[in-house]
Amino acid sequence: MPLPYPIETPSQTAGPFLHIGLLPDVAGHDRHPAVLGRAVAGPAATGPWIEIVGRVTDGTGAPVRDMLVEVWQADAAGIYNHPADPRVADVSPDFTGFGRTHTAFADGSFGIKTIKPGRVPARSGTLQAPHLSLWLAARGVNIGLATRLYFDDEAEANASDPILNTIEAEARRETLLARSEGDGRYRFDIRLQGDNETVFLDV
Amino acid sequence: MSVTWDFMERDRRSHPPAYTPDYKTTVARSPRQPLLSVETSLSELTGPTFGHHDLGPLDHDLLRNHAVDGDPIGERIIVHGRVTDQSGRPVPGTLVEVWQANAGGRYRHVNDRYLAPIDPNFGGCGRALTDGDGYYRFRTVKPGAYPFRNYANSWRMAHIHFSIFGAGFAQRLITQMYFEGDPLRSQDPIAQTIPDAAALDRLMAPLDLGASLPLDCLAYRFDIVLRGRRQTFFENRPEGA
Repeated sequence: MPLPYPIETPSQTAGPFLHIGLLPDVAGHDRHPAVLGRAVAGPAATGPWIEIVGRVTDGTGAPVRDMLVEVWQADAAGIYNHPADPRVADVSPDFTGFGRTHTAFADGSFGIKTIKPGRVPARSGTLQAPHLSLWLAARGVNIGLATRLYFDDEAEANASDPILNTIEAEARRETLLARSEGDGRYRFDIRLQGDNETVFLDV
Repeated sequence: MSVTWDFMERDRRSHPPAYTPDYKTTVARSPRQPLLSVETSLSELTGPTFGHHDLGPLDHDLLRNHAVDGDPIGERIIVHGRVTDQSGRPVPGTLVEVWQANAGGRYRHVNDRYLAPIDPNFGGCGRALTDGDGYYRFRTVKPGAYPFRNYANSWRMAHIHFSIFGAGFAQRLITQMYFEGDPLRSQDPIAQTIPDAAALDRLMAPLDLGASLPLDCLAYRFDIVLRGRRQTFFENRPEGA
């Protein structure tokens, strides 16, 4: 018998009304507390600024219109605003690295204005390609979905990234690449199921 | 070589699978490809941190934080517990967010059209930081059960939604707390997505008379266990070059 550990508390869906607790202004609350994670970075943060736009669709191609989209990322120098990052003392001012938004009730689209992250070390000490960690929750999603957003204009860094290279089917790597549309704007669509299903991670 | 730490692997057998057809909405929203198992890096070991400056003084008190002209209708309860990890360590200073329906089973949300009325004195949104020992505490009313569109007559047992961050983004968890002895348990398609009855037991908060306030409110205890942390060895320091 292996040594027993207590089990992790089981996950349950966030349901259709997750906005009440996580984005109360979106739920329509007029007397709501300050919203956490509204901005990944403030105006004094070290750039470059980018804007990511995308849409989440389900296995039938229908928009997913009630999804929480959370972002966790390093600053432009590849430093996380967290005590476990050995370089945290040098993190950009006005930068939390955490952002939270939702897909639009009308069409399942979302947008994130942030700083393009720098490269973060991998376990081996080599550098990972610039990326955002994403975490998604919604009605019909029994356990939060983790994925990553990489940038298609970082071909050289992407070619040596340990996670991208772990994806056996090369065509599926494309599902993690945000497409540059110029002027710091990127498109990143997320498909929960079916053709071009986004690669989700067991982190 | 430096000693540092990593998260223990998430044991997905204690969680619901993505595809659970009795909860119909999962059918089109569940990924069908296997999850890609990856080595954790600083990207997963770190995560957002919050402080008391992020919270308002009534954020943990749902009896008061949306009150207009009095207390909300319903059974007054305290919900409290401890956040630890699978190694038994407390998780201090972590953000716990909750949301729930009012005593009639109605959410204050632009998309909820259930016929039970909105309570003018109840918002249903709360948050707290765990203290140095991992404890959190909310005051609220017991939410009502409500129907939802799944089968023709599907009902959710009374529940409070919980969102917990933990020490790193890989510990992120959203779940629901239920109440000990709820007769709807076996009929609730969402609770029943958890295949292991003993795992679902962990979400059924027991009545905690010891923490109740005489002539004021009952209490329920909900302890939360996040993924464990373990020591590990890195050949290179994680900061790299």
